[in-house]
Amino acid sequence: MNLNLKIWRQKNSQDKGQFMEFHAKDISEDMSFLEMMDVVNEQLIKDGKEPVEFDHDCREGICGACSMVINGNPHGPDKATTTCQLHMRRFKDGDSIVIEPFRAKAFPVIRDLVVDRSAFDRIIEAGGFISASTGNAQDANCLPIAKDHADRAFSAATCIGCGACVAACKNASASLFVSAKIAHLGLLPQGQAERERRALRMVAAMDESGFGGCTNTGACSAACPKEIGQENIAMMNRDFMRSSAKNRD
Amino acid sequence: MNFWKSTIGQKQLVGLAGLALAGFVLTHMLGNLLILVGPRAYNEYSHALVSNPLIYAAEVGLLVFFLGHVIVAMTLQKRNWKSREVKYAVSASGDKATSPAKKSLWAQGMIILIFVVLHLITMKYGEYYTVNYGQGEIRDLHRLVVDVFHQPGYVIWYVICLVLLGIHLSHGVASSFQTLGFNHPKYTPKIKLGSCLFAAVVTAGFVVQPIYVYFLM
Repeated sequence: MNLNLKIWRQKNSQDKGQFMEFHAKDISEDMSFLEMMDVVNEQLIKDGKEPVEFDHDCREGICGACSMVINGNPHGPDKATTTCQLHMRRFKDGDSIVIEPFRAKAFPVIRDLVVDRSAFDRIIEAGGFISASTGNAQDANCLPIAKDHADRAFSAATCIGCGACVAACKNASASLFVSAKIAHLGLLPQGQAERERRALRMVAAMDESGFGGCTNTGACSAACPKEIGQENIAMMNRDFMRSSAKNRD
Repeated sequence: MNFWKSTIGQKQLVGLAGLALAGFVLTHMLGNLLILVGPRAYNEYSHALVSNPLIYAAEVGLLVFFLGHVIVAMTLQKRNWKSREVKYAVSASGDKATSPAKKSLWAQGMIILIFVVLHLITMKYGEYYTVNYGQGEIRDLHRLVVDVFHQPGYVIWYVICLVLLGIHLSHGVASSFQTLGFNHPKYTPKIKLGSCLFAAVVTAGFVVQPIYVYFLM
């Protein structure tokens, strides 16, 4: 199939950036979206032009590196899909596709479609961990965990930190990402000791990074390739409220 | 981390105040339905409300909730606008799209704010007619309401604003529960449905009055 692409080109974070049009020819419907981008880049290199920069790594939907907003949808039109899992059979011959970077003040564009998502790392550094003494892991049976809690914790833990939630939110809010981490650790016994401090510190880091607030539109869950649910945000709100009330600092 | 400066703390304040205001609009709507009973019931209910000394405490409380809801929501909205400096060229579509009603909550709020100010000027601080039912003179609010709702322009403006209030409430009530940390797979779908029903009942109840007055009185 042949496609008309409108791709965002931006030299660096200071550059204003603009859309540039490309014609992708002879694209197989079995290609992934990123493979289609590879074909475009190979042609650009052959023509002596700069290839389009985009993030990618595992190409199997588990690393969270790929991003892109495709025709207004983070990771493209399909639910529960990362850009690397999106296939060209989803498009028709002659389609026009607009490709933009994830847009948020907290995710500045580094170049073309690559954005700086280190704000997520700073939020994790603030409290998205458990402090554990090193040594042998204890017998798993010593820590009984209710099935319901384990399921919810695992569901929250599937977050790959791609940032599609921020890209999809009209407020560029990171609530779904932060809440997934808070729920993942807060539902397990190992996460209890630091649960209150974690909520306070991670929310503070989230706000300091310049993300917007949550207005419960649910756009984040709809765009999330792992379908992280809204109940995690409610749990974050609960934990934050309770921790703020009990905070002695 | 200062709770009141955090996006979550501020949103919880907006949600709590919003729920209190939702309770107020429900009672206000029920009171308005007395128009169907008759002028005397309408005016005596209105007089009972304003002659109760607790009205001042209630009005101060209402003003605090209203201003709190509006000012804090505006502060958050300003932050939300700043959080995406470069807008998308194309809007999301299909499963990933956000409904226009949810996107424009702030705009609905702004129009409702203007409506409330004008509504107070027209009704509460409007023409002061009096009537006597044998226990002294009281305000004939019924006459004012009938006068006002015989102006087609006002009826249209009123109905549009009340529909906007309904849209605002249909998202706002359920959203407040989520913001305050209440989400459960069993109850949340019911809360969302209840929020829409609440909004529909409130809007329909309010709209009854201008329609009844304009077409049947």
